[in-house]
Amino acid sequence: MPAYVARRLIQTALILLGISFVTFVLLYLVPADPARQIAGRSATAATVENIREQLGLNLPFYEQYLRYLGGLLNGDLGRSYLQKTEVSELIASRLPASLLLMVGAIFCELVLGLTMGVVAALKRGSRTDDTLMIASFVGVSAPQFVIGILLLYVFAVKLGWFPIGGYGTFAHLVLPSITLGFLGAGWYSRMMRSSLIDVLRQDYIRTARATGATRAKVLFGHALPNAILPIIAMIGIDIGLFMSGIVVVESVFGWPGIGQLAWQAIQRVDIPIIMGVTLVSACAIVLGNLLADLITPLIDPRIKLR
Amino acid sequence: MRKLLLAGAAAAALSTSAMLVPALAQDIKQGGSMTVTYKDDVSTLDPAIGYDWQNWSMIKSLFDGLMDYVPGTTELRPEIAESYEISDDGTVFTFKLREGVKFHNGRALTAEDVKYSIERTVNPKTQSPGAGFFGSIKGFEEASGGNADGLSGITVVDDHTIKFELSRPDATFLHVLALNFAHVVPKEEVEKHGADFGKHPVGSGAFKLAEWTLGQRLVFERFEDYWNSGVPKLDQIVFEVGQEPVVALLRLQNGEVDAPGDGIPPAKFIEVKNDPKFKDLIIQGGQLHTGYVTMNVKMEPFDKPEVRKAVNMAINKDRILRIINGRAVAANQPLPPSMPGYAKDYEGYAYDPEAAKALLAEAGLADGFETELYVMNTDPQPRIAQAIQQDLKAIGINASIKSLAQANVIAAGGEEDQAPMIWSGGMAWIADFPDPSNFYGPILGCDGAVPGGWNWAWYCNEDLDAMAKDADAMVDPEKAGEREAMWRDIYLKVMEDAPWAPIFNEERFTIRSERIGGDDKLFVDPVHIPVHYDEVYAKDVQ
Repeated sequence: MPAYVARRLIQTALILLGISFVTFVLLYLVPADPARQIAGRSATAATVENIREQLGLNLPFYEQYLRYLGGLLNGDLGRSYLQKTEVSELIASRLPASLLLMVGAIFCELVLGLTMGVVAALKRGSRTDDTLMIASFVGVSAPQFVIGILLLYVFAVKLGWFPIGGYGTFAHLVLPSITLGFLGAGWYSRMMRSSLIDVLRQDYIRTARATGATRAKVLFGHALPNAILPIIAMIGIDIGLFMSGIVVVESVFGWPGIGQLAWQAIQRVDIPIIMGVTLVSACAIVLGNLLADLITPLIDPRIKLR
Repeated sequence: MRKLLLAGAAAAALSTSAMLVPALAQDIKQGGSMTVTYKDDVSTLDPAIGYDWQNWSMIKSLFDGLMDYVPGTTELRPEIAESYEISDDGTVFTFKLREGVKFHNGRALTAEDVKYSIERTVNPKTQSPGAGFFGSIKGFEEASGGNADGLSGITVVDDHTIKFELSRPDATFLHVLALNFAHVVPKEEVEKHGADFGKHPVGSGAFKLAEWTLGQRLVFERFEDYWNSGVPKLDQIVFEVGQEPVVALLRLQNGEVDAPGDGIPPAKFIEVKNDPKFKDLIIQGGQLHTGYVTMNVKMEPFDKPEVRKAVNMAINKDRILRIINGRAVAANQPLPPSMPGYAKDYEGYAYDPEAAKALLAEAGLADGFETELYVMNTDPQPRIAQAIQQDLKAIGINASIKSLAQANVIAAGGEEDQAPMIWSGGMAWIADFPDPSNFYGPILGCDGAVPGGWNWAWYCNEDLDAMAKDADAMVDPEKAGEREAMWRDIYLKVMEDAPWAPIFNEERFTIRSERIGGDDKLFVDPVHIPVHYDEVYAKDVQ
């Protein structure tokens, strides 16, 4: 186990290095000239050149990359071209909001997804089952901005149950969490359904029923704990899903997280912010996967790490 | 030397009250709060650096400069200057500062601070996008090249007197001093916060920054010691960022928002404009903007004036206005209608495809030709380019559309032989200050026709350049009318050569809640966008 963890950590570090390189190359190729952008339209050629020099944009590619990497090792993600603020400060100030939203989304996808899956499995073949599976299909395929705006319109504008976007109270958290969690809920309900149907067919369930245990006892005592195992392991992987989802959901709901930060930066070609958010999300995804791999054997003894 | 202006409080009050019909300025009670929303984060509040329309007016409320405009107009007036004198040759400007102007940190503002602030903008280490505006001050070359510590042309005479010596007479200099780039910052605060001064702005303006939660909100509070008593009208302005314009409109309807800073989203424009709930909350005004098609006079066949005139006549501007839901007015000359010098009676090139065809035939191009039209790739620009493409096709010109990212189009325009035609939408040109010269130098003058410049037509007319130079040397305010007429002539002569096909001037549509009061002009102020924060008031505290 420790050897496995060590190996995975080294792999993780290499992946992150690779990601930093790829994003740097991609953004290096973006045609927008940051110096010209900073200098503005009234600048003379000399001013632009001067700024280029100060930012180190005249250096050869590898030197620019090494500089950037050196900064990264010191926790320095650079300074935003347009906001003139440390990127690490911008991300740090917005990370709590994104994490809160993710916690809300995980809660929503588990509650919604598992409930839908269990009900569908128990009522297999019925109209309820069909309805739930169509709902999950919609959850998996509908774009998040559509779901977000729909929820916003119905529950915030028309019914007035929730605030129209924003951040601060529990009420603000509900709609964005559901929007972000809906996609995962769709997956989970399908997985839960098939997993539970599988388990319910097993001999030990029949045996349990034969001993005279109630339906409820069999379901909660034997079937669910076994059916839920493959799903728990998925949560770590979900972080990747969330990282792409927050860009959309945070923009729709005016949620001050790093997804919104990335979206604004992309529109304004503020390269240091784009790189910073990409790296931070990449870290989160890689660590999420690592966590998922490490947790799985703990809850499912059939799986061994090697 | 002549005393030209002694604008004391009386004159200022007179002009303000004349404007604020029906409520006189002094009758308006101070107090109340206003909520403004924006989609994007506020980038920086450093007056030397901030250069987008969102932070421009916010900075104006936090900082003061020597000069300013009468609210809602393009008329200059002194701000923290009490009076000024201009030498007869127009090269020496001497300003007397008001007594009792204080920074938000309590320290009195002196002439030394004014000098420091302008030198800071010009210093290349500051990386200010506005440094170039101060090019007429003596010693600019040395200072902007990093070879001198300050500007030799600025002299602090005493605590309340400052003198500017220019290397050439500059009639736009007072406008330049009204730019944010000339606003006054306290040295000690700049040094304390270093590169983060833009996040901790301290000025002498009507409001001071009370709170800034990154990515969420900013709060401006009334500066109690503001020199201009009675201003601002509001006690507080809350800026909420990260709000989509569509969501902001819904919140306006709920009474949670007073002014959606990004305006009415284009997709909802018609719907909102016809909605009885919103109709009366919208105020329309002009903008110092012109959208135009440049024709590169150095590339065939646009080197022929007939061809350029034919393009001018071929484009159906009314159809383009319909494409953008009537958010603009048709243009026939470089200057927008709200700019001094605009030629009201000029008829321009009327839409006439037949005459256009005849002109092409005259140029020996009866069969038309192939060319390229560059355009920025965000809506509605490509749709506008398509309309132009169809119009050109009707007279035999086959223009293929090159739809590229903004930076690429600008780069192509800055090359001598790259882009035969460019539709300027989304890139150019909005004036930095309300003076006709601002539409010439960089975009129509010889100085702009250089690699990396903004004169995408590569039009360079030495005679007009000389005229422009003469006009800008007419510093005497008594000759302002004469100077305006001269600029009008310059632009009409430009149109004779037709390096551009002017298409439209964008209009502004500001929407605000019922609760916020003030003259309509304050909501479409040419300089303060979306509203003049210092002057609007809250009706619920009256």
